[in-house]
Amino acid sequence: MDGAAMLAALRARFGSGVIETHDFRGDHTAVVTREALPRVLVHCRDEPALAFEMLTDLTAVDYSKYPGREDGPRFEVVYHLYSIAHNHRLRVKVRVDEDDAVVPTAVDLWPVADWFEREVWDMFGVRFAGHPDPRRLLMYEEFVGHPLRKDYPIDRRQPLIGPTN
Amino acid sequence: MAEMTRREFMLGEGSGTGSGSQRLHVGVGPAHPAMHGIIRIVTELDGEVIVRADVEIGYLHRAFEKDCEQGGYNNAIPYTDRLNYVSPLINNFGYCAAVEKLLGIDVSERCKYIRVIMAEISRVCDHLTCIGASAMELGAFTVFLYMIKAREYLWELVEDVTGARLTISYGRVGGVKADLPDGFAERAAKAFKETREVLDEVHRLLTGNRIFMDRMIGVGALSREETIAYAITGPLLRAVGVPYDVRRAQPYDVYDRLAFEIPTQKAGDNYARYLVRMAEMEQSMRIVEQALAMIPGGPINVDFAGRPIDPAAYVDRGKQGKTEGLLLVPITLSPNLQGSERPAHDRVNAADKRVVLPPKETTYGSIEGLMNHFMLIMEGFGIRPPQGEAYVAVEGANGELGFYVVSDGSDRPYRVRCRPPCLPPMAALHRMIEGGMVADLIPTFGSVNMIGGELDR
Repeated sequence: MDGAAMLAALRARFGSGVIETHDFRGDHTAVVTREALPRVLVHCRDEPALAFEMLTDLTAVDYSKYPGREDGPRFEVVYHLYSIAHNHRLRVKVRVDEDDAVVPTAVDLWPVADWFEREVWDMFGVRFAGHPDPRRLLMYEEFVGHPLRKDYPIDRRQPLIGPTN
Repeated sequence: MAEMTRREFMLGEGSGTGSGSQRLHVGVGPAHPAMHGIIRIVTELDGEVIVRADVEIGYLHRAFEKDCEQGGYNNAIPYTDRLNYVSPLINNFGYCAAVEKLLGIDVSERCKYIRVIMAEISRVCDHLTCIGASAMELGAFTVFLYMIKAREYLWELVEDVTGARLTISYGRVGGVKADLPDGFAERAAKAFKETREVLDEVHRLLTGNRIFMDRMIGVGALSREETIAYAITGPLLRAVGVPYDVRRAQPYDVYDRLAFEIPTQKAGDNYARYLVRMAEMEQSMRIVEQALAMIPGGPINVDFAGRPIDPAAYVDRGKQGKTEGLLLVPITLSPNLQGSERPAHDRVNAADKRVVLPPKETTYGSIEGLMNHFMLIMEGFGIRPPQGEAYVAVEGANGELGFYVVSDGSDRPYRVRCRPPCLPPMAALHRMIEGGMVADLIPTFGSVNMIGGELDR
């Protein structure tokens, strides 16, 4: 299935669950609502015509300083999917507000999401509901704040504390 | 079967099955002689068997993604050197490809070949280091020395081209820093001859070696389903029989014109990974040889006149208004710009003034060149891709190396995300070592080829 057909099928199947789609520079992208996200991801993995066996990447972007999007939802959680069987890719995005930065977890679909989601929590402070082990991944537990947020200054220093165990 | 026999031999009958002994917590690392890379594995042991393992990373975190947001698009290139520091060229080219995709530009033919050649040399270096270090940890110190010797020959090639061995910063958005030096093909042939001799020797030392096989076969195995579910790519995925390789599945640069095989194995254990890596090195050298034979010369501007003159004298002539024919005169560049003379510069860079710095002759010799240079260097100007996002995957030595770059239309990347190829295998490492013995942790960790720089970023 080519990218445009993939996006059309997702729009047809999930209706208002898919907010918008685009294919800038050939990267087919679907922005979905948080409510539809678990169903979309399950569909992407299990539908034979899509068969996205791999969650190649999961990350987030803080849009609070992006021109024209300062007032919109602050975070975008980005899923990059790849299918070995069909050799195609898809990007799924979900937008969340800062005061309600929670996204359902994908650990039960792809176990690699465990570490990816821990990293997103660590770097952006987006929580993943249902994550079995929501610790920080790269920073230490005593670290205050989330360094990849746009309002975290790059030169802020914090005391270095070793892990407590 | 071999697994059971050995365990019972080491621990006695009925051991390791929860016979009432107390569990022991042992922390391996972060600084441990057999851990190449700083990482901590907290293990829970029953006798010598690992029951549970928790892998802690982040000791080498240095805010790569945050740093990339602070400067212009080309400023991030030195940071990408430090991701996978054993094969930094691939990181350079992956990042450049992502920005080029965002800009919607294409690089020159010769540049594509150069990227392929340098990326494949880096891949051989990476595999040599990985196998050499893992073999050393199993006691085969000779192999380590041999492989480092071969890597040294290849790093000399890298040094010839980039001027540095490790922190090469050779990629540029829209091209590469310098053209290949004269006689590169001959030197590459010589280095490959030495490397092949080393590989042949190592094959004879390791591949059929009883001790090595006993330590590697059946150890650290991961099933095909689990490997895919953990999004593991590269040699580890090919070791379970999935022939996925970005170079073949979604060819970039000129990989679609080159003949190479994708070696696979079935077992998915450390030994299969070793065999895949050994076979891949030969394929990489094959790719380089083909690319060197096919590489186009590109447009050579025969607009030279006179002997090369010193840049200062060149600028002085311009200031005095003696600009007649000045742009035809070549200048002597400082050694760190070797290979970036104007004819070479035009061959290896995209002809796009919004992206690529002009050659030094043009900058020093004409007002247009100087303005072009400033427009790309000044803060607030520089390379300005349109608003949007792009993800590009290249085949790194450890698997799919992805760069996801978001642009807000300014001269700085809004967000740069690196998808490190060794993070998924590290996320699955506990699955590979649980149920095995403590001593098997080391070869498994070696076969995963964790590179702290890209894992922790």
